[in-house]
Amino acid sequence: MHFSFLSLLRAAFSAHQNWPEQWRSPEPKSSYDVIIVGGGGHGLAAAYYLASEHGIRNVAVVEKGWIGGGNTGRNTTIVRSNYLLEESEALYDHALKLWENLSQALNYNVMFSQRGVMMLAHTVHDVQSFKRHLHANRLAGIDAEWLTAEQARDFCPGLNISPNIRYPVVGATLQRRAGTARHDAVAWGYARAASALGVDIIQNCEVTGIRRGPDGAVEGVETSKGLIRAKKIGVSAAGNTSVIMDMAGIRMPLESNPLQALVSEPLKPIISCVVMSNTIHAYISQSDKGDLVIGAGTDQYVSYSQTGGLQITAHTLDAICELFPTLRRVRMMRNWGGIVDNTTDRSPILGKTPVPGLFVNCGWGTGGFKATPGAGHLLAATIAKGEPHPIAAPFSLDRFARGRLIDEAAAAAVAH
Amino acid sequence: MLLITCPYCGPRPEIEFAARGEAHVARCAPDATGDAIADFLYFRANTKGYLAECWRHVSGCGRFFNAVRHTVTDKFVTTYKVDDPRPDLAALVAEETAR
Amino acid sequence: MTASLRTPQGGRIDRSKPLRFTFDGVSYTGHQGDTLASALVANGVRLLGRSFKYHRPRGLVAAGTEEPNALVTVIRDAGRTTPNLPATAVELYDGLVAESQNRWPSLKWDIGALNGIGSPLFVSGFYYKTFMWPKSFWKKVYEPQIRAAAGFGKAPKAADPDRYANRFAHCDVLVVGAGPAGLAAALAAAEAGAKVILCDENAELGGSLLSDASATIEGRSGRDWSADVLMNLALKDNVTVLPRTTAFGYYQDNAVGLLERITDHMSDPASHLPRERLWQVRAKRVVICAGALERPLVFPENDRPGIMLADAARTYLNRFGALPGRRAVVFTATDSAYAAAIDLKAAGVHVAVIADLRPKASAAAEAARAAGIRVELSTVINATHGKLAVEKVQLARVSPSGAVAPTETIACDLVLHSAGFTPTVSLFSQSRGKLVFDEARGVFLPGAAHEDNASAGACNGTADLSACLNEGYAVGAAAARAVGRTTLGDKTFAAEGLAIEIGGHFGEVPHARDATRVKCFVDIQHDVTAKDIRLATREGFRSIEHVKRFTTTGMATDQGKSSNMNALAIAAGHMGLNVPQVGLTTFRRPYTPVSFGAFAGSNRGDLFDPLRKTATHDSAVALGAPFENVGLWKRAWWFPKANEDMHAAVARECKTVRETVGVFDASTLGKIEVVGPDAAEFLHRMYVNPFLKLGVGKCRYGILTRDDGFVYDDGVIGRIAPDRFHVTTTTGGAPRVLAMMEDYLQTEWPDLDVWLTSTTEQWAVVAVQGPKAREVIAPFIEGVDLSNAAFPHMSVVECTIMGVPGRLFRVSFTGELGFELNVPADYGRALWDAVHARVVEFGGCPYGTETMHVLRAEKGYIIVGQDTDGTLTPDDAGVGWAVGKTKGDFVGKAGMSRPDLTGPGRKQIVGLVASDPKVVLDEGAQITPMANPPKGTHALGHVTSAYHSSVLGKGIALAVIEGGRARMGETLYVPMPTGAIAVTVVDPVFYDKEGKRLDA
Repeated sequence: MHFSFLSLLRAAFSAHQNWPEQWRSPEPKSSYDVIIVGGGGHGLAAAYYLASEHGIRNVAVVEKGWIGGGNTGRNTTIVRSNYLLEESEALYDHALKLWENLSQALNYNVMFSQRGVMMLAHTVHDVQSFKRHLHANRLAGIDAEWLTAEQARDFCPGLNISPNIRYPVVGATLQRRAGTARHDAVAWGYARAASALGVDIIQNCEVTGIRRGPDGAVEGVETSKGLIRAKKIGVSAAGNTSVIMDMAGIRMPLESNPLQALVSEPLKPIISCVVMSNTIHAYISQSDKGDLVIGAGTDQYVSYSQTGGLQITAHTLDAICELFPTLRRVRMMRNWGGIVDNTTDRSPILGKTPVPGLFVNCGWGTGGFKATPGAGHLLAATIAKGEPHPIAAPFSLDRFARGRLIDEAAAAAVAH
Repeated sequence: MLLITCPYCGPRPEIEFAARGEAHVARCAPDATGDAIADFLYFRANTKGYLAECWRHVSGCGRFFNAVRHTVTDKFVTTYKVDDPRPDLAALVAEETAR
Repeated sequence: MTASLRTPQGGRIDRSKPLRFTFDGVSYTGHQGDTLASALVANGVRLLGRSFKYHRPRGLVAAGTEEPNALVTVIRDAGRTTPNLPATAVELYDGLVAESQNRWPSLKWDIGALNGIGSPLFVSGFYYKTFMWPKSFWKKVYEPQIRAAAGFGKAPKAADPDRYANRFAHCDVLVVGAGPAGLAAALAAAEAGAKVILCDENAELGGSLLSDASATIEGRSGRDWSADVLMNLALKDNVTVLPRTTAFGYYQDNAVGLLERITDHMSDPASHLPRERLWQVRAKRVVICAGALERPLVFPENDRPGIMLADAARTYLNRFGALPGRRAVVFTATDSAYAAAIDLKAAGVHVAVIADLRPKASAAAEAARAAGIRVELSTVINATHGKLAVEKVQLARVSPSGAVAPTETIACDLVLHSAGFTPTVSLFSQSRGKLVFDEARGVFLPGAAHEDNASAGACNGTADLSACLNEGYAVGAAAARAVGRTTLGDKTFAAEGLAIEIGGHFGEVPHARDATRVKCFVDIQHDVTAKDIRLATREGFRSIEHVKRFTTTGMATDQGKSSNMNALAIAAGHMGLNVPQVGLTTFRRPYTPVSFGAFAGSNRGDLFDPLRKTATHDSAVALGAPFENVGLWKRAWWFPKANEDMHAAVARECKTVRETVGVFDASTLGKIEVVGPDAAEFLHRMYVNPFLKLGVGKCRYGILTRDDGFVYDDGVIGRIAPDRFHVTTTTGGAPRVLAMMEDYLQTEWPDLDVWLTSTTEQWAVVAVQGPKAREVIAPFIEGVDLSNAAFPHMSVVECTIMGVPGRLFRVSFTGELGFELNVPADYGRALWDAVHARVVEFGGCPYGTETMHVLRAEKGYIIVGQDTDGTLTPDDAGVGWAVGKTKGDFVGKAGMSRPDLTGPGRKQIVGLVASDPKVVLDEGAQITPMANPPKGTHALGHVTSAYHSSVLGKGIALAVIEGGRARMGETLYVPMPTGAIAVTVVDPVFYDKEGKRLDA
């Protein structure tokens, strides 16, 4: 059923009793053309693009819990593409362009809000680094502006630009096309659209093994609901990637760390854009519901616990209070964690693996949400063609063996 | 905040320590090539379960030491000195389950 | 004047202390001991808020922190304004000013109520289905309106001046909750000599005993008993009692976060007091006595002001001496609500009827009838009416077949309801303990613990008062024993009091209304109704997490304390599953909201991060230097004369250094003393350079790479003795380099006999650079032949400097004759002042970091972290010569030999000049082969450092460019918004290429 104001109005007359399921929840068939392991935003998007752009509809998305229950449902919803290196710029801006029309494409309001992402500079080193980003962005055709401290404060009233704080704001970069989106809606929107095209979404189905044939190629996945066969498998399992890939005997250059986030109680509008600071480790925006959404850095050790230490939360909030001293009395309402899979160069891995028929999409670390449509689109193209999409090609798994890293460590730090 | 037992100083809060990653990683040979170097530089165990890892007590004795911790429960099973041999994980796990 | 609904006596308030306060501009009187909520109740104020979506009029539902409706803003001044406080959690003080939220222009006449008209449209998740057309309207129209309507309170407009404290504490036993079970547990542990911390979110301790006027324990009233226990605990040295303190978060390894509220209840807090204190407690054992919260019944229009939980009414009466109404209807599914009916009747409230959902009369029902209260069994509330408060309700009878038929309408101003009590398992769940579903009673209870904790009392499913006391004592004693204390033995308590009913009814109650349209509220703050939950499951949201996210039930400021179980039951029922099959959503920290300021504590202003100053700092201040942040350090940036700006000052400083002499504080550079028989071997393995044969008294410029072969740090290393090296690092890199060295030493080469000491702060370093440097420093140096032959470039010697033992280096980062005088930091300022005076006598000047940057750039010296970014090998950075050709293993050897790191086309450091000498390129600017690169052109590299060189009279720059060294003389372009700048690739050494001036 098409979503629109009119259909909502019509449904109101029948007390909303006739809305269909947003996605089907069938029992898995015995085989598919493609299986996507991982029902987060990336995996669901990949299934959608396989069906909508490549005509491959005999697809299953296999998810061990409920769709969007991993990092997709836990992130701080920031979307931007102002990365440093050309390969990254192409990757994230590809995603950003898809974001700009996503609600219409999926007929689902993902609430993509291009309210601008401002990244603050506090030191001479920051200024140098950000100006390099700016120049690179301009060359790549990505919108990027430099703001003085005063202009930054004008763009985000309430920002503390006093020269008397420990790390005064000396300027900022601004990407106006960047912003936020409603994370759950992205997963549900892709699920609904994919399901409508014939993709089976199988929840509560945990992959326990990857079956391979005598020639080493994949034959299917063993799951808690039995064996499901497929000649092509795309693994998109974020923090759990190492566990899945281990089933195929593939070692991954990943480290899974806890990443925390928190929301405040809902407030009347006060922060109209996204503000990020690498130097003092904090990023903040305000959701359409009024909650302030605040992100922290990762805890420093490998953990799948989806929790983290108080010191991380405290460290982020003390930075937020320096940037916005009027928020000191605002209260944290909810705090949670996820598992982020980090690579050494803080760039993702998207492409083929040494196992024929097995594809992987991972290593997005703290920055996966913004790439959701792009990652899904590129994973779908790679699986459909059997060769990496040109934008994905530099992010191959074998770049580590060759030493051709895409080192965004400068860009990433704690940013998203 | 984890409570970590430094083999030299006893139990101390996590903020006194820096995590260093997987323990017992053999440095590659100076003439290593290809996968051998890449493995050493970029690949580490990312176990969902018992992991042998290395920590440093930076705000204490400054010593590195190793630990076995379960990466889902975050519970430490044991900590030991850096030149002690890698503990028998299977035996440790059996002990833990028995407890 | 006494408030109209205040009882003549009773309650825990101090009737001798009246307090004045205002709410929405109207003045009222309350008493010491009131909360804002109880004082408003006593004053007959029933309308306290408007709901989130529909802006329906709302009043109090509860008496404790779980209150979902009555959120207020408390205002002391512009900076001390706190939004979103439940009125039940605000302790009344004289002069308190509070305002309701989320309404305009007023609570009574709120324009937002128009949303109610749209309520058939505004069902859960409606916003995902619309607002998509026209596309541009999302940003321009829809989203701004959604955002304006969203949110509750307003953040303060001024910065918060209050102070927040932070404290770490260790104890044997932490007891959370000071109701009967918690008091007993604390008593047991304390009597055994354990170190105990007891905390409770209330100002007055005693928990449920505070609202139970008739309980008796050990022969006295429950309240007297709890006062005695508290006195007992207060007198013990080994016990810390923390009222007004919420255990908000359970962290790993029995770390619990507590938030203590210190001044919010005070009229005029003393200025030395912090507003709040965050405690980080590490407890050997935790005893959770968090109690249980009453569960609402879900019936039609169950949200009007005046409709509240039965136990809340009982609390307002018994604890606060306030009557929530005069004419009550009670609707219950359990016995617990009967006590409220009886207590209210005794206080003069007319209890018109008790509607009991159950078909059989329980003992409590019989007792109520005997007391003259009408009880109707198998009866439900089918409708409620009233504009700004409840005025009447319609009852209905449920027949044995399940059919529901309306019976009568009863006028009332108060509706009490109770579905039973839900054990509060949030903290236990936060500790990652497993919850177990008790089928018989329909509640989740603590199961296997993940951390060292135990639960007791109502939160553990224990309802009876004496059972709670006994269990609390036993668990507290067990905790004390577990940490090695000896307990006094078992103890049981003779007690009589109200037994609450754990469990009871959950889900929607039967009614005769149109279930597809009637509003039966589940999450009352977020306006989520039973039909919304059914809509969610209808649309395929089957997991409870999906239901929660789609409807937003349980995501309001009360975090589902009074709605989670009902939501779960309704979802399960609609899907034909049972409750444990659907499961409960994860309990998240914090239990109740915690201010950002409490987490930030004293990490603010100057204390946000440590500030590192050199020994000469104050001298630089006196000379008028501005400072720049380099990591945690403050470094003098330039030294202005008269009214010079940076440009003028730097131009002068550079010329002065090259023509005469300059003095510079180099103290911030990292210094590491490497000592031991294997010191040389260690450095030989760490750095790319050979070190074994470096002579005593000689220096070498060391390049440090990581094992991946990329430049990580650099610095001059001097050999003081065969077994002693003075290693320097970059300012920012010092801690990283030392950590890296310790890592290799301890884990890779433990056999080496060498040890490392950080001496960054121990040495002050005064650098003197320029043609006159030797003459300037001569009088300060004792016993060293400073001639060029005896002390050539890159030498070091221990000697006496200005009378104290020091180290003299002949090194230069400027390309001029240069020395660095190292003295113990305590003498640094004196040395600086003396050297500075002499430099000025010679016509020289002090210079700062900006000049330092320019001078080194003129010589093509790289700055690691500016010209390099972790992706350049030594060869890329132009220092490939430093790599020892015949060395065995060293850090980075294998890495830098990888084909990709030695192949063609790598970015290499080069110099750039523009045709116009006045142009200074932008640092970070990209470099392209053509002047007007199309979008997406591959850049050949970027500008890493760029300055105007006053010495050379033109702009200079360093850059990294692919295959740079093979492009000497080539013209490339730096695209800029104002037009591309043509540049020529040149040697990065712009000045004194042969280095003759170094050997002066």
